[in-house]
Amino acid sequence: MTPPEPRANSRVGTGDTWVVIPLFNEKSVIETVIHDLHQEFTKIVCIDDGSSDGSGDVARRAGAKVLRHPVNLGQGASLQTGFEYVLTQPNARYVVTFDADGQHRVEDAVSMVALARSEDLAIVFGSRFLDKRTRPGVLKRIILKTAVWVTNMTTGLRLTDAHNGLRVIRTDALSKIALVQDRMAHATEIVLKLGRTKLPWREYPVELLYTDYSKAKGQSVLNSINILVDLIVR
Amino acid sequence: MLIQIILVIGVIAVGIFFTRPTGSDSHLALRRLFLGAFVIVAILSIIFPTWLTWFANLIGVGRGADLLLYALVLAFLVFVSTTYRRNVQVNRRITRLARQITLATAAIDNVEASDDSTRPSPKTDGS
Repeated sequence: MTPPEPRANSRVGTGDTWVVIPLFNEKSVIETVIHDLHQEFTKIVCIDDGSSDGSGDVARRAGAKVLRHPVNLGQGASLQTGFEYVLTQPNARYVVTFDADGQHRVEDAVSMVALARSEDLAIVFGSRFLDKRTRPGVLKRIILKTAVWVTNMTTGLRLTDAHNGLRVIRTDALSKIALVQDRMAHATEIVLKLGRTKLPWREYPVELLYTDYSKAKGQSVLNSINILVDLIVR
Repeated sequence: MLIQIILVIGVIAVGIFFTRPTGSDSHLALRRLFLGAFVIVAILSIIFPTWLTWFANLIGVGRGADLLLYALVLAFLVFVSTTYRRNVQVNRRITRLARQITLATAAIDNVEASDDSTRPSPKTDGS
């Protein structure tokens, strides 16, 4: 199946923008996510991280380019694979990282790309804490704020949100970073390495849709300990 | 007690060793020195069984067997840390390898796809 035809080239997501989606066992939602993205973006690449439920085939049928890891490597590794793939594509200028579980809004991604273009920014981070739309639970808020604190301590940037999967990165910034944290610690690592590029960045308020599905798949409290250890032990 | 100081320093050293970025050559050399020292001490304590107790008493431990236990605890910590680190490095290598496979496969797919789209299918092309 071919992706739906682009509406007009008034869209920000045409031509030089790639959406990178790390995909691991998200069969039930990935089709909707890709379909929604296709309303605005033509180039979508999913990195099937060794899914066992056929998510990759679903994504391929939905019209995305699918790269498949032969074994499960983790979300950070998937992102890096996606980045390296996009860097080989002609005319690629922006990468949008997007979560496969449908918790991001396409409108936010579009606005972030538009902001990157108009303000000549190399990096736009999505943040759920810049306004009051997103309401995570108390425990989740504590974990996320701790993650933000650790990230700011280690990176020297002043962010309000750390583990947000929605980002826009220009390819010149992308080519300067290489993620080696395979698992969830990449979220801090990516901020650290992008910060070191000294390229202009901005945060942009986004809303996270905490559906029951994404809640069920969300990170556990114990996993934040793993992230911490991954970051300290190199 | 001398032994407490030695043990605390040992544990801290392992901790620092654990978080420091790797220079694998020096690590390997340290591991080999450690092993060499271990062999010498083992031989000494077999030939002169009383030596270990004498040494233990010298640094404030009651029996040689207790000293052996403390040394084993430290050695185990070193083992855990080196094994963990090696594991991380092996995993990174696997990741790079798997990524190359993924990207190579994607490149092949893309070439095939562009071949299909630029060239009409053989059936309509032929006679």
